[in-house]
Amino acid sequence: MANKPKVATCSLAGCFGCHMSLLDIDDRILKLVELVEFDRSPINDIKRIEGRCAIGIIEGGCCTEDNVHVLEHFREHCDVLVSTGDCATMGGIPALRNTIPLRECLEEAYLKGPSVYNPSGRLPGDPEIPLMLDKVYPCHEVVKIDYHLPGCPPSADAIWETLVALLSGKPLSLPYGLIKYD
Amino acid sequence: MSAQDAAKLSFTIDGKEVKAEPGQTILQAAALAGIYIPHLCAMKGLSPWGSCRVCTVLVNGKPQAACTMPVAEGMIVENDTAELKDLRSSIVEMLFVEGNHFCMFCEKSGNCELQAMGYRLGMLQPRHDYMFPTRQVDASHPDVMLDHNRCILCARCIRASKELDGKNVFQFIHRGAHKRIGVDAAGGAGGTNLAVTDKAAEACPVGCIVKKRVGFAVPIGQRLYDTKPIGSHIEAGRAAKE
Amino acid sequence: MTDNASVSRQVCGNFGNDKGRLMDILIGVQAQAGCIAPEALDEIAKSLSMNRVEVESAATFYAFFSDKMRGRFVIRLCNDVIDQLQGADRVAAAFRAELGIEFGQTTADGLFSLAYTPCIGMSDQAPAVLINDRVVTKVSTDMVREIVQTLRTGKSLEHLKLTLGDGNNSHPLVRAMVNNNLRERGAVVFAPYTPGVALQRALSEQPVEIIKIIKASRLRGRGGAGFPTGMKWEFTRAAPGERKFVVCNADEGEPGTFKDRVILTEAPGLVFEGMTIAGYAVGASEGIVYLRGEYAYLLAYLEDVLAKRRAAGLLGRDILGKAGFKFDIRIQLGAGAYVCGEETALLSSCEGKAGNPKTRPPFPAQKGYLDMPTVINNVETHCAAARIVENGPSWFASMGTKASSGTKVFSVSGDCAQPGVYEIPFGITVQELLARVGATDTIAVQVGGASGRMIGPSEFGRQFCFDQLATGGSVMVFGKGRDPLAIAHGFMDFFVEESCGYCTPCRVGTRLLRERLGRFLEGRAEAADLDYLEKTSKVVKNASRCGLGQTAPNPILSTLQSFRSEYERCIKKNGTVFLPSFDPGKAVAVAAGIAGRASEHFGTKKGGVKA
Ligand SMILES: Cc1cc2nc3c(=O)[nH]c(=O)nc-3n(C[C@H](O)[C@H](O)[C@H](O)COP(=O)(O)O)c2cc1C
Ligand code: SF4
Ligand code: SF4
Ligand code: SF4
Ligand code: SF4
Ligand code: FES
Repeated sequence: MANKPKVATCSLAGCFGCHMSLLDIDDRILKLVELVEFDRSPINDIKRIEGRCAIGIIEGGCCTEDNVHVLEHFREHCDVLVSTGDCATMGGIPALRNTIPLRECLEEAYLKGPSVYNPSGRLPGDPEIPLMLDKVYPCHEVVKIDYHLPGCPPSADAIWETLVALLSGKPLSLPYGLIKYD
Repeated sequence: MSAQDAAKLSFTIDGKEVKAEPGQTILQAAALAGIYIPHLCAMKGLSPWGSCRVCTVLVNGKPQAACTMPVAEGMIVENDTAELKDLRSSIVEMLFVEGNHFCMFCEKSGNCELQAMGYRLGMLQPRHDYMFPTRQVDASHPDVMLDHNRCILCARCIRASKELDGKNVFQFIHRGAHKRIGVDAAGGAGGTNLAVTDKAAEACPVGCIVKKRVGFAVPIGQRLYDTKPIGSHIEAGRAAKE
Repeated sequence: MTDNASVSRQVCGNFGNDKGRLMDILIGVQAQAGCIAPEALDEIAKSLSMNRVEVESAATFYAFFSDKMRGRFVIRLCNDVIDQLQGADRVAAAFRAELGIEFGQTTADGLFSLAYTPCIGMSDQAPAVLINDRVVTKVSTDMVREIVQTLRTGKSLEHLKLTLGDGNNSHPLVRAMVNNNLRERGAVVFAPYTPGVALQRALSEQPVEIIKIIKASRLRGRGGAGFPTGMKWEFTRAAPGERKFVVCNADEGEPGTFKDRVILTEAPGLVFEGMTIAGYAVGASEGIVYLRGEYAYLLAYLEDVLAKRRAAGLLGRDILGKAGFKFDIRIQLGAGAYVCGEETALLSSCEGKAGNPKTRPPFPAQKGYLDMPTVINNVETHCAAARIVENGPSWFASMGTKASSGTKVFSVSGDCAQPGVYEIPFGITVQELLARVGATDTIAVQVGGASGRMIGPSEFGRQFCFDQLATGGSVMVFGKGRDPLAIAHGFMDFFVEESCGYCTPCRVGTRLLRERLGRFLEGRAEAADLDYLEKTSKVVKNASRCGLGQTAPNPILSTLQSFRSEYERCIKKNGTVFLPSFDPGKAVAVAAGIAGRASEHFGTKKGGVKA
């Protein structure tokens, strides 16, 4: 097929568990690569989206300026964005920090924590390290997200059903048992 | 028609005739008739409360809480409509964003009524923005833990302690957005006469009041709501009858 | 103070260790000890043989109670919408500067605490503050300086030189810097009153006849909901109960309403007479006036009026010689909670509990105070009932309109030359009222307080009455240059603050609505937010448990209807893929500050956004 729709994926503030779950569709992955072509993705290590994508799969919430930048990039280049996993849909585990002021978080992590060794006594400020946001944002509070797939991670079946529905233009309706928040 | 049937009054839910005893609430009568009206703060064996508002139905066209509204002859109740489903979903979503619900590591996950309500209503993502409030965890009791991050202020613990345990361990304190469950001691639940065997320790629909050292015992796939939606047992009652 | 425990013990003793009087006990402890500390909770629970958490539940519900030590002078600045428009912010800044503390704080010397409070019923003489139970009206920044200096050196409220107001505001038991601003007296409430005349007439009839008379007058409740008073009395009379009660709702918390204050100042006898007649009609021998804590300055005066009525045989046993008819009245003070104006929350509060509304049905007429049949009426309704008995139902029904008989006492505030109280027959149009109060260039009128509706000029031809524009009395006038959305936001602040928090849609929904409305004011809204506001408002309106939540979205719903273009004007024209509500520059600002450098992608210079 010459004009296979393109799919891009990214992991923002996530653990790659959702990507693992995607790979967990087992032999259906062969069918998937028949149906689509993977553009930018940690799976193939392409860093920027190269062509217009039909679907962008977002893992992880928005925790840093870099995450925001990637999400912006995805929104600009994908027709449809799918927030995949609790981190993307509600912040997930990283959002545990949301009830603690950022400075306190950083001080605990880099200065005061019981296992910290930091002779400089300074918080890291290297421009290579992206700045943290004031809190971890669910992706849909940053850009428009078209579909949400909760779960930590969502099951391979849920991801598969979603992709198939989106690619075939059918309405997405997950059966009971595929919607999970855990 | 038996004498008992004659004493009953009759009304309809979504056009289906339901018989009920005077004094019953719409929710009770519906359950006995095998009709599930989504609810969270109502619990069998406890007095009606009416705080979650998930059980909102239309009675003769007017919104009412099914769990507190007594039945009356000839009333027309609407329950299973798209608009009410959306209203309930919006309310359930409010409960999700109001607290901090991290289902992925919650002991109650799979057995939680709030979560199950989200599943049943098909919630993929709350339409409301998350509030991420700062809330406390009270681990002072040797056998029971209170994680206020997950409390939905349904007062089932308050009522269970009073009505079933003959105690008075819990009560609301503060008001409005600051309202929360207080315990009958200055230093936390550990100072109260709450016992792990109390009904109040089991009444919580969510993972706020949980027993220590017994979490995650049931494997995923076998938990209460893993395969069957909340309310299935009530609807199964009707299926069996029909 | 460390004697919280002993103060508590003593105050409990004063009320006979009766847990039904917990409200009064908490008010007493707060006043004498300056706070209700954890030890006080323990001690009160012990004295009243109740659970500590039950005491805590009530003590943490009301705004006037505090677990932390408050200053000797607690200064509460009214931050109601009207006060804000009339310079409350300047007054706030002056207090801050003068005292060197923020709102919510207490000065190091323990003399002053600063707090905000919602409408204290002085909108016609705004901005106003409460200092303990003293009212200071039309506060200027100069006055702030003077007040603080006087209290700092004198250390007693007695040193405050306040210009006393008109009428009974200068009564030795009131001595308040409050003006009645009573601009128009009607035939019902503010007509000359002779104690006992109406009551004498009532006692010459059978109780059921009184109910018939009230029904024939078509009197409807003046507190806002407009329920037919005769029917309410009939239900209460018919309900079985060993004791029955008559309650007068003097909570008057609806922003912009202050007519009950003026009635209680100038015609308290008529109010008590109406209550006594209600007691006779429904078979009750006990009455309670629920007086909002903000009006505590009227307490001694009202107690004195009651004492005089007892002495005159108008209260007590065998009233006016009628053998076997007894009736007496006690005054229950509130402690800062708008929801306690809702009749069932009011009952919870009278019972000494947190002011959570009760489940309805049963209605108060069946199960009210202490689960006994109870009539609850507004201050003005009690007055009207007494007059109807005195002058006859057809006299009353000849005033006003068909569905809304009699007069209505309006509280008019805002942008007009003569704010104040007007008693006018129902049926007057908005336009006519605006002319009488000297309002020009009016762009909007808020009818019925925060829980009412905001209307624009296209509706100024409509009448005030139950089937067109219903109001418990509050009419707020907004002139040219006022921002309807900012006003609506102010009302949402009020509901968020005053929700009791019992039910989900009101507790959570009011906050969500306020936040979403705020996006319009901050230029962060998108078109979809209009839909969100509409839908979520409907959920809160339809699913909330009591009238507070059911009306809380009204500021939004009515401005969406009357001032939609204002919303549309505020929608952000977006040039990026980011949601208008998300500001990347702001989101990284904290971290940029900590790291001491600008963002790589979203350049921040001191929190600003690189275009
Ligand atoms: C939140 C809320 C606040 C209220 N505040 C008052 C009030 O301050 N005064 C009043 O008379 N009625 C108030 N009401 C209305 C009362 O619940 C009740 O309807 C009224 O006191 C009945 O008296 P009426 O029939 O004479 O009007 C309020 C209602 C709600 C829902
Ligand atoms: S949702 Fe769970 S699995 Fe997915 S990235 Fe987040 S933590 Fe990992
Ligand atoms: S209480 Fe229920 S909804 Fe909340 S985190 Fe636990 S499982 Fe999820
Ligand atoms: S602790 Fe549990 S039972 Fe008690 S109010 Fe909260 S959610 Fe309900
Ligand atoms: S609507 Fe609900 S939360 Fe709001 S005041 Fe009434 S009972 Fe309380
Ligand atoms: S179940 Fe009816 S309000 Fe909660």
